[in-house]
Amino acid sequence: MSTLNYQERIPNNVDLGGNRQLQRALEHWQPRFLTWWKELGPERYQDADVYLRTAISVDENGWANYGFVKMPDYRWGIFLAEQERDRTIGFGDLCGKPVWQQVPAEFRSILRRLIVTQGDTEPASVEQQRLLGLTCPSLYDLRNLFQVNVEEGRHLWAMVYLLHAHFGRDGREEAEELLARHSGDADKPRILGTFNEPISDWLSFFMFTYFTDRDGKYQLKSLAESAFDPLARSCRFMLTEEAYHMHVGENGIGRIVQRTLEVMKEIGSEDPEAVRRAGAIDLPTIQRYVNFWFSSSLDLFGSEQSSNAANTFANGIKGRPDEATFEDHLALDQAFEIEVPDGAGGLRRESVPMRNAMNEITRRAFVADCETGFIRWNRLIQKSGYQTPLFLPSPRFRRTIGVWGGQPVAPDGSIIAREAWETRKGSWLPTEADGAFIRSLMRQVIEPGKVAGWIAPPARKVNHLAADYEYVKFH
Amino acid sequence: MLVFDRHPSQYRHWKLSVDGPVATLSMDVDENGGLVEGYQLKLNSYDLGVDIEFADALQRIRFEHPEAKCVVITSAKERMFCAGANIYMLGRSSHAWKVNFCKFTNETRNGMEDSSRHSGLKFLAALNGTCAGGGYEVALACDEILMVDDRSSTVSLPEVPLLGVLPGTGGLTRLVDKRRVRRDLADLFCANPDGVRADRAKAWKLVDRTAPPRDFVQRTKERALELARLSDRPEKAKGVELVPLNRRIEGDNRILYDWVEVEIDRERRLATLTVKAPASAPESEIAAIEAAGATWWPLAMARDLDDAILMLRLNALDIGLWVLKTRGNADHVLAADKALMANASNWFVRETIGMLRRTLARLDVSSRSLYAVVDEESCFAGSLAELLFAADRSYMIDRTANGESGPVIRLSPANFDLYPMVSGRSRLANRFNDAAEVNRLAGQIGEAFDAPLALAAGLVTLTPDDLDWEEELRLALDDRAGLSPDALTGMEASLRFSGPETMETKIFGRLSAWQNWIFNRPNAVGDKGALKLFGSGSKAQFDWQRV
Repeated sequence: MSTLNYQERIPNNVDLGGNRQLQRALEHWQPRFLTWWKELGPERYQDADVYLRTAISVDENGWANYGFVKMPDYRWGIFLAEQERDRTIGFGDLCGKPVWQQVPAEFRSILRRLIVTQGDTEPASVEQQRLLGLTCPSLYDLRNLFQVNVEEGRHLWAMVYLLHAHFGRDGREEAEELLARHSGDADKPRILGTFNEPISDWLSFFMFTYFTDRDGKYQLKSLAESAFDPLARSCRFMLTEEAYHMHVGENGIGRIVQRTLEVMKEIGSEDPEAVRRAGAIDLPTIQRYVNFWFSSSLDLFGSEQSSNAANTFANGIKGRPDEATFEDHLALDQAFEIEVPDGAGGLRRESVPMRNAMNEITRRAFVADCETGFIRWNRLIQKSGYQTPLFLPSPRFRRTIGVWGGQPVAPDGSIIAREAWETRKGSWLPTEADGAFIRSLMRQVIEPGKVAGWIAPPARKVNHLAADYEYVKFH
Repeated sequence: MLVFDRHPSQYRHWKLSVDGPVATLSMDVDENGGLVEGYQLKLNSYDLGVDIEFADALQRIRFEHPEAKCVVITSAKERMFCAGANIYMLGRSSHAWKVNFCKFTNETRNGMEDSSRHSGLKFLAALNGTCAGGGYEVALACDEILMVDDRSSTVSLPEVPLLGVLPGTGGLTRLVDKRRVRRDLADLFCANPDGVRADRAKAWKLVDRTAPPRDFVQRTKERALELARLSDRPEKAKGVELVPLNRRIEGDNRILYDWVEVEIDRERRLATLTVKAPASAPESEIAAIEAAGATWWPLAMARDLDDAILMLRLNALDIGLWVLKTRGNADHVLAADKALMANASNWFVRETIGMLRRTLARLDVSSRSLYAVVDEESCFAGSLAELLFAADRSYMIDRTANGESGPVIRLSPANFDLYPMVSGRSRLANRFNDAAEVNRLAGQIGEAFDAPLALAAGLVTLTPDDLDWEEELRLALDDRAGLSPDALTGMEASLRFSGPETMETKIFGRLSAWQNWIFNRPNAVGDKGALKLFGSGSKAQFDWQRV
């Protein structure tokens, strides 16, 4: 075994070749990962040659190497961002002390839980998206889907590396469990509820990459601040890839909006039914998908007031995104205002200890970040002469956890009667009929350069290649 | 005053359903339904209010659903069975509140085991999701634990690593005593805040069986029916409705029931509990007993007494001395005992005996001095004489110097067989800790013990004559009320249980000693203590000295 060239097979910057313990753990795990990938990774296209980007090192030239590869042969590597010399803990009670290169015993359990929860979402999303290839709107999109998939696979590797390298036997067991739980499997579901719903159409896929992957970005940003340096470095490198996933989402939704506007112009009507008859997705339907995915992603941040969040912040385990931009890194004896239902149909502000409000602080940063795409899409809408913009619903809308969980709140944030919510939710959230219509559009288009009729062609191509480039070669 | 009355139609936290021989109690805690302000009951965590409903539901099953042979305890929440006692509630509660809470929850869990042992009511814990701390302790009190194996859900006792306290409801003791978990594995388990998943839980004997989510409901049903087969509760019987107690609260100092009166003397820090005998011999034929239902004196009296004990324990902390008195005709009490003994195999009578047994057991573990006063109009006979034997001391007036008989004490078979303490022995056996003495008394069932005879037989502590009576009694009561309440609680608890330990005595003993010690230590409840700081994000600062 030791004759293997680890650097070649598993690109890494963690000295895998010199670490016997890690080799042993990975040699056991890697075949299982491949079995899992073949069984639950992208359906039908395991043999296809896909034009993919592979990270072979963390420097500028190394992280984006393009070439054709069959997905099971993808070189999932293990990369941590370069180590910062003399890095110190940036927040919490231990602020200013040196970061940890090893797991402190007292935080072993909480760190393991965080890594497992993060790690569980990576293969989950691959599983959720496994059938999308069969209905892709273009070769370009198919290739992007696979790029996202293999990178989620690599993020799984990153978390598994941490488990193997730092958590002993427990870590190895947890790494196995990451492959044993399956999205949507009633008997062995993924840890987080959202990750058990299949993503069966491309509108949902773009929404997922726009909103849910952005939740991932903010989780990674918080963990990139961690006092546990290997975790921080791992997350920092993952963020470079996560940005691409959100680009896929923003770009995808933008191209759908663009196509819809073109059709509206062609038929001279913005009537949703007319738009649908013309084969595009009407804007109100897009808005309903936004409402659904935005609200379900908000829940992933946890309760507004959380003892876990306070605990992980105080102990330097999980910081705020971009912690360095905050002035005070202790957040001790400070208050943060949250909105809570007042029980009489209105809301009131409540002051909670800052440390307990870390979930909410992160969620608000996420919400602000979500706005960026809307500016671009609404500019398109406006330029086409239409007045109804797409918008983010209120963060209080359709929450299932936290102080707003189960509250009847309209997308504009107003609290309404429960009966009114029940009767109107069909106009706010995707209906069965919407789903059936979207699925009816999902017809595979794989001729190089061709694009399905409900989405505009991409403006920019992968790695500056021609529009009709054959990104995926089938056999 | 906080009260313990609940009714299924008003439960906020539980759903009770009965389907043939299986009763299902689903925990579905209303987050905003805390008994007092200031905390949310997230993740099916519980406070005293949740547990009062739980206790009520168990009582309803015992009496109102005699056909129920197995109780399934599960949760209506998805992937979450129960997160245990609410930590914020504990963190902000006074020491006394915590102890009262723990005691009540312990009595409820012990009551489940008591019903399984004596009344054939079996319990299945169906853990449909994560189960932590007090949640697992509820499961431990069941006859069998079935756990969902979804590769995520865990069982845990995280009190030590997360909160710096102990599992307070018998968790540690039941692990090694009841479930026979190997002690080193129990050590691993109890120091791990994350707990273990189903496969390991099974391997370590923390649970009996596991089932994947898809089979879980079916397996629960199968196991419940299997357990029901072990039960000798009736196939068909008409339940007895537990009608609301007829309780009047008069001012701050009087609580009146049909068969119990409570009079509080705030200044002297004592309460007098007077239990009344029935006005005539209670019903003795099964049909009449069942027709009388909740008004049948043995049950009605037990419910009154139970409620009075709970009310005093929760609402009158500084009333440290309970004076136990009886009033009425002893013949009627002995007639009641006869009816109880003769019909003990009938489900309703058996449940009534169980109610009496658990009520008396509650008295045994109440942290109040108990003095029985055998005065002129008393009727300490048979079942009511148990109050005498539960007391720390007893005073009996002696009128024999005047040639008068004065009050007498009489024993019935009930004193020997019907109401074992949690130590498994009768109060008489516990009192003498000497089989010969108990055997001799068994030969004197029905005899009238006047004061000199009672003193000689060891049935009472002191027998002042009628001239000294009032002054002696006054001094005795005031003397007791002036002693350190903490020392008294410790002394009484130590003296009340003689002989070998049982799981229950260990649980109460360890709760009183270890947990209450920890609950008072700065490492738990100081400003930088683990329980105090839980959820604040700040880390506990321990005083590292081992004591």
